[in-house]
Amino acid sequence: MPQIEIDVNGAHHSVPVEPRLLLVHLLRDKLELTGTHVGCDTSSCGACTVLLNGESVKSCTMFAVQADGSAVITIEGIGASDALHPMQEAFWKMHGLQCGYCTPGMIVSAVDLLRRNPDPSDDEIRAGIEGNLCRCTGYENIIRAVRSAAAALRNDESRHSVAELLPVGGSN
Amino acid sequence: MIPTKFEYAKPSSLDEAFALLAEHGPDAKLLAGGHSLIPMMKLRLAEPEMLIDLAGIPGLTGITVRDGRVSIGAMTKHATLAASEELRQHAPVLFEAANALGDPQVRNRGTIGGALANGDPGCDYAAVMLALDATFTVAGKGGTREEAASSFMVGMFETTLSPEEVLVGVSFAAAPASAYVKYAHPASGYPLVGAAVVLSMNGDAISEARVGVTGVGDHAFRAGSVEKALAGVRPSDRTALEGACAGSAAGVDVRSEPAAGAGYRSAMCDVYVSRAVLAATRG
Ligand SMILES: Cc1cc2nc3c(=O)[nH]c(=O)nc-3n(C[C@H](O)[C@H](O)[C@H](O)COP(=O)(O)OP(=O)(O)OC[C@H]3O[C@@H](n4cnc5c(N)ncnc54)[C@H](O)[C@@H]3O)c2cc1C
Ligand code: FES
Ligand code: FES
Repeated sequence: MPQIEIDVNGAHHSVPVEPRLLLVHLLRDKLELTGTHVGCDTSSCGACTVLLNGESVKSCTMFAVQADGSAVITIEGIGASDALHPMQEAFWKMHGLQCGYCTPGMIVSAVDLLRRNPDPSDDEIRAGIEGNLCRCTGYENIIRAVRSAAAALRNDESRHSVAELLPVGGSN
Repeated sequence: MIPTKFEYAKPSSLDEAFALLAEHGPDAKLLAGGHSLIPMMKLRLAEPEMLIDLAGIPGLTGITVRDGRVSIGAMTKHATLAASEELRQHAPVLFEAANALGDPQVRNRGTIGGALANGDPGCDYAAVMLALDATFTVAGKGGTREEAASSFMVGMFETTLSPEEVLVGVSFAAAPASAYVKYAHPASGYPLVGAAVVLSMNGDAISEARVGVTGVGDHAFRAGSVEKALAGVRPSDRTALEGACAGSAAGVDVRSEPAAGAGYRSAMCDVYVSRAVLAATRG
């Protein structure tokens, strides 16, 4: 079995993986990080979104072996219950969730969007979360939450974004 | 959904990849961004026994513009194309297609080479490559060959690539007067109609047009009769423009599905081709 080296939320792991193991299953079943959800399992809903070397990816559409040598951030690495990331606070305050199933992926995508574009228009927010489906909210409060988090992050020099811990962009 | 078992290799050179392909024959498959192949493997519509990941081979990524020619490595991600200022300037048609393809997460993984090699009838880039009259560079054990985009695409999920070859890149002449306009399927986001147009202008009239269409037939095609009819047309003359774009899908076996029947799709093909012509004149 190939052995992979992977950083997840800042912690280094050296794990043997079967090549067909999907990244989402490594995270959920082996590393017990169950914040990353499986929604559709067909690359459509974005519930499984994580940051791979700083970029949003659907972890159900990637094998864990492909992440060898990479740094992954899951929702658990974005913030903690007693220290929420401004994006998480904004989703809470602006009622950006109902059942919460889509929320981890939504938040990861929104964090990725703000890293590329710190002051997005509503249309840009909609395009930024195009890869994430929500069955509950009708999206309006999600847009509000992202807008409000963007304003909070712009005003908070000290705590920009967890994504800044990671290199921006992939290898090309 | 769990794919069937396979072995995984990540060669660090093309030669190593060719050796693996030769050794494993039809049981092997190349892996690029995985955003067509992995969903297929999860559905067990593809069951390769050996997966050869191209991600470890240097020299397959990047965009270069030299002497009016744009070259793009096969492993360049959609997101890189979608963010490229150079492409926006030299080939807006490709820049726009990259931005219209999939969603941010798909663009962060999928590659131009994988999209073209896959031969999906709804591949956005296929129309773009035809309109750009692009050349594909294909490498194999015996050396490298070049092929025109127009002969590369053969049918649904069918190209002239042999199982032992690797698409290494595409190149084309810069085309600043160009545009891609897409009518996306409301759920999948793939094009019901995708129209790519490259123009040469003589004042405010079109001197030459190349028109590529995707999503409509079983593979992308050039709308030859429209190209001829567009010569001499002033795009500001809407009647002349729409007249020239009529029948853009004539002679094509137009695909039909619940979201768009063949008649509707043909009609929308004319509309999107004329919109793409207008968009291409703005630059
Ligand atoms: C949710 C979703 C939405 C999408 N929406 C769109 C869309 O709107 N428009 C669109 O055009 N596409 C869309 N796609 C497809 C996407 O563009 C894929 O990235 C692309 O089709 C395949 O590229 P890849 O790099 O992921 O290749 P892979 O999936 O890794 O490979 C695809 C096939 O090509 C072969 N291959 C890959 N690279 C090479 C190479 N260099 N040489 C030879 N063979 C090679 C592989 O063996 C495989 O058979 C979507 C995909 C998803 C999951
Ligand atoms: S579970 Fe990965 S996209 Fe839906
Ligand atoms: S809050 Fe229920 S799916 Fe989005």
